[in-house]
Amino acid sequence: MSEESPMLRVEFFLNTEYHYAVGHYGTRFFTELRDHARIMGMRCPECGRVYIPPRPVCGICYRELQEWVEVGPEGTIVGWTVVRIPFIDPMTGEQRPVPYGFAIIRLDGASTSLYHFLDETDESKIAVGKRVRAVFREQREGSLRDILYFRLLED
Amino acid sequence: MPRRVAIIATGQTKHAARRLDVNIRELISEAVIRALQDADLTMQQIDAVLLSNMEPFEGFLFPELWAVEGWGGYMKPSVKFNTGGTVGTTTAIAAYYYVASGIYDVVMAIGFQKQSEGHTQTAITTVGDPIWERSIMAGAIGNFAVMATTYMHESGVTEEQAAKAAVKARRNACLNEYAHLQMPDITVEDVLKSEMLAYPVKRLDMCPQSDGAVAVIFAEESKAQRLCPRPAWVKAVATAHEQQYMGDSPKRLAEMRSLIAASRRAYQAAGITNPRKELDVAEIYEVASFAELAMYENLGFCERGEGGKLIDMGVTELTGELPVNPSGGVMSTNPIGATALIRVAEAALQIMGKAGRRQVEGARMALATGYGGNAWTDIMILSREKP
Ligand SMILES: [Zn+2]
Repeated sequence: MSEESPMLRVEFFLNTEYHYAVGHYGTRFFTELRDHARIMGMRCPECGRVYIPPRPVCGICYRELQEWVEVGPEGTIVGWTVVRIPFIDPMTGEQRPVPYGFAIIRLDGASTSLYHFLDETDESKIAVGKRVRAVFREQREGSLRDILYFRLLED
Repeated sequence: MPRRVAIIATGQTKHAARRLDVNIRELISEAVIRALQDADLTMQQIDAVLLSNMEPFEGFLFPELWAVEGWGGYMKPSVKFNTGGTVGTTTAIAAYYYVASGIYDVVMAIGFQKQSEGHTQTAITTVGDPIWERSIMAGAIGNFAVMATTYMHESGVTEEQAAKAAVKARRNACLNEYAHLQMPDITVEDVLKSEMLAYPVKRLDMCPQSDGAVAVIFAEESKAQRLCPRPAWVKAVATAHEQQYMGDSPKRLAEMRSLIAASRRAYQAAGITNPRKELDVAEIYEVASFAELAMYENLGFCERGEGGKLIDMGVTELTGELPVNPSGGVMSTNPIGATALIRVAEAALQIMGKAGRRQVEGARMALATGYGGNAWTDIMILSREKP
């Protein structure tokens, strides 16, 4: 069982593409993002929670959601990290560039949070409770990549 | 009324980073044969077999089919489960249901994974929704890291306190001949100085990737009594799920809603009002040092915010008031498809008095948990006394 084991292994490489439907709600969200740089959530008529990503039902009340409301583009960091470990990105099959900052962000007006990149990789500058603002791409295509990252705002 | 059910035997492989000496079938049969020997049964006396495995990790579909001879499943009733971090406990709970229902008398649950044969971090990153999360998250480590910063903020837990949990796990593992990481001399300083993977999670704060398998045999009351001198009775089982988007519950680690819901349901069913006093040992699914401390709080072993204090006080050491993971836990051994079922097997060994050098003297009530992607939890409580 040591590293010098004479045991043989066979190599196999699996490379395949996937195409995921964004759905009605996601399409509306990303169209708003692409055409107006607006981030939209959906409010539950029962509990009042505003959901990001938008979805057809409130998972907690199990009520249908129909009311769209604008949230962000500013928000608050709820959790964060700076990723330093190299690993293969399943979106591209390539090693993802590290380090990069990533955070759980509670957008203003939203009840749930969004995973997104931070433009900071210095651990001493990031903290729970810090304010951030979305930086939008100039040429938007209708995906989460239309938000380049969140920029830390001055205290 | 469900029938009474007990665990009567277990079998584990030697877990390691790479088991190049066996293929997956051979790895599985190593655990199965040990469990059969432990029960003094043959495969013909097993009524049904349930399997626990995460398919994407080795890149196989239907491992239960090609591995049939490995697990002795020829023409047996069988189902494979694939529920992430909880898969081992899901399979144990299903085995309990199979026997409790009266349909089968003796059921084997088998968990296996050969992480060395695939790319775990890449596979785990596909847990994230491809439209909303996957391009940002970084495997299990990145996910734990963002939640650990929230937990530290909410609880005031320090990196040193988390490191103590990591040290406890690796030292306990040295008492377990099956455990993967054996690091008798590890210190808090070693953990703090180990490579930063994703702040605040360092290499020695994380579980390893292991190859390994485990088998656990469940039996109905009369057979359990005939086949086993001191069976581990299933006192309670519970599961709970929350919503799936990672950002839906930003305090997933600080406030593990599914762990709280499932454990309280199980405590109530088992008649437990003070888990720290009434449980004698716990085998919990702590994939990272910070998660262990958060779990103390959310399992009700201490007040909210006191997870760090509990490790400082030594309450969860092998000699403490409530030993947690005397086996070395997930932090020392993590063949994912087997990991949560190993928690069940280790809890059963404690009740049976067969845990060897890691035995908690006089253990009568044991808790085992599975925990998946921070959104769902399984609980099993085992007891010396019949429920
Ligand atoms: Zn609602």
